[in-house]
Amino acid sequence: MLSPVILVPAVLNGLLTGAVYGLIALGLTLIYGVLHIINFAHGALLTAAMFAAFFAHRFLGLDPYLAAIGLTPLFFALGYSLQRFVIGPTAHGEDRNILLVTLGLAVVIENALLYAFGADTRTLNLDYAFNVVDLGIAFLALPRVIGLGVVLAVALALWLILSLTDTGKAIRAVAKEKLGAELSGIDVGHIYAVTFGLGTACLAIAACLLIPTYYVNPHIGNAFVLVAFTIVVLGGMGSVTGALVGGLFIGVVESLSGLYLGESLGQIGIFVMFILVLLLRPRGLFGERA
Amino acid sequence: MSHWSAQLTRRHLLQTTAVSAAAAVTGLVNAPALLRAQGSPVKLGVLHPVSGALSYSGQQGRLGATIAIEEINAAGGIKALGGAKIEAVLGDAQSTPEGGNAEVEKMNSANVAAIIGGYASSICLTASQTAARYDLPYVVDVGVADNIVTRGLKNTFRFGPGFGVIAKTALDNLVTINDQAGKPAKTAMIVHEDSLFGSGLAKLLNAQLPERDFQVLETIPHPTPTRDFNNVVLKIKAQNPDLVIPANYYNEYVLLARTMQQQRVRQKGIYSVLGGAASSYKFVKEFPEAAQYIMDCNHWFDPRNPKALALKKKVEDRGQFYTYEVFMNFSCVLLVADALERAGSAERAKIITALENSTFSGHVMPYGPTKFVNGQNQGAAPVNTQVLGNDIQVIFPQTFATAKPVFPMPRA
Repeated sequence: MLSPVILVPAVLNGLLTGAVYGLIALGLTLIYGVLHIINFAHGALLTAAMFAAFFAHRFLGLDPYLAAIGLTPLFFALGYSLQRFVIGPTAHGEDRNILLVTLGLAVVIENALLYAFGADTRTLNLDYAFNVVDLGIAFLALPRVIGLGVVLAVALALWLILSLTDTGKAIRAVAKEKLGAELSGIDVGHIYAVTFGLGTACLAIAACLLIPTYYVNPHIGNAFVLVAFTIVVLGGMGSVTGALVGGLFIGVVESLSGLYLGESLGQIGIFVMFILVLLLRPRGLFGERA
Repeated sequence: MSHWSAQLTRRHLLQTTAVSAAAAVTGLVNAPALLRAQGSPVKLGVLHPVSGALSYSGQQGRLGATIAIEEINAAGGIKALGGAKIEAVLGDAQSTPEGGNAEVEKMNSANVAAIIGGYASSICLTASQTAARYDLPYVVDVGVADNIVTRGLKNTFRFGPGFGVIAKTALDNLVTINDQAGKPAKTAMIVHEDSLFGSGLAKLLNAQLPERDFQVLETIPHPTPTRDFNNVVLKIKAQNPDLVIPANYYNEYVLLARTMQQQRVRQKGIYSVLGGAASSYKFVKEFPEAAQYIMDCNHWFDPRNPKALALKKKVEDRGQFYTYEVFMNFSCVLLVADALERAGSAERAKIITALENSTFSGHVMPYGPTKFVNGQNQGAAPVNTQVLGNDIQVIFPQTFATAKPVFPMPRA
């Protein structure tokens, strides 16, 4: 069972799946790092993005990769408005309220999707979904390879935004010292909303990467967001590098535990990992000391 | 009070209006609620998982049942009841046993005379149990788990074959096919979904394959839905069995076959028992390369029966695929209609008695006249099919085989 013939492809597949997990976790950790809130609506927003990508293909004939170009700004705007006009005003500065508001949003979004589209599990059949990249030692599914490439590009773009642009600098300033940033004339409300928008935009891209090989139903986001929480904790709350590395690592853990424990028990590995991290290194791999 | 009282109470009006409004929305029944009391149509519960993971199969089942109801009504309804029309009360089990249960409760409140359907074993098992509490006749359309008919429920009838019969036929035919080819296959791997249907079948195969000189290398369970079969296929690649035996529903079956094709894993044969997609024209049309040479032991219509072929044409003219859910449900509705004719009543107890004594032979299956013993139709049996070219051929039994088996699979 340890022969490289299956071990190598299993690890590679895990890395590819993990990349998309990493992107979802990236959105989550970015919002946590700046706003210091756990966004419980993350999963529901991912589901919404997956439905958007699905129907963009069904009704407009848009390839999911093309749809990403339109959906990313759309979901940025959605995230921005949610924070600016719903979460921010209702929170009244209390973290506890934010928790409840995002949880409430999740319930509303999920049920709206359930009401609109029913509980059906839907899949897209794309011609290239089963094309493979032949590495000699393994055949890798083309959409997943594309996924890895896109995730790396997005991570790089995000890093450039954060380190080079004025908005990026403002985001980092708010994350480090909110009051100081406010005193230097940074519009904290705006920066919060931009960050929330960036996190949500990551979801739109992740959704477009997932939809060619995955299925969508109104509860699908939960499966991913649980994994994303684990990654964020593993990588260190608020750490962008941690989210990516954690994502890749968790992908491999899932793939290998699926291989050795069976498909029905595949996710056990992830949650064992979650508990171990909390016990042994609560600040995560790349987290700053609290 | 009889079930067919013409008395119109407020609750009754609300109830029937709601039911027919729901039916009208689905576009299948549009009789105004008030007509029911005057013409006394017979309500028939049509229960399928039309949403959720099994939605494709459920919708196909509903299609078969509604075509049968349309045909019966067009031909003058139930003659013994003064030409009463059959009115479908459609239910969605949402691919879960709980969903099925809830629908049975609703159908009972809507005063249906009988229920057909269920599709998945787990749904049939609980739905028929709930129906039994109301002495409500329940005709299982597909659900093959043996314990569906061994619980001593008087109300439950299964028109199609159960696991025991299917597995025995499948294994006997597998041995014959293998012997005829010079015994190329000695080992097998079973890939099954982890609910009642797949697990039950896997257990049975694990017990019986060794008796027939096949070694089971590994048995791999997976949940429904599963959207990634890479790990499963890697395991198949590592163990390299002669045969892969999948026991799962449509989506997963297709995905498994396509992933095997993607990973260039090609065994001597894919032989399924009740393969979710192996005997499906949809699979063959959409993914002919992945489907090629797959053998299956499954429910199949009688290819010599003109009625079966007329139904095939009708379904295909509607742009749908002629899958086993369609002709199984079509036959089940005809079976209930025949029972209604002989019972001369829509009373549940009388329908149950009529079903117990059924000798119905007007169906489209290769079963011969119906004979229920403890709720199981004795003549029910599966056939063996193989995907050859762009068609599905019957390769066993000889009496209506349309092609010879191609085994082992030619190398690509």
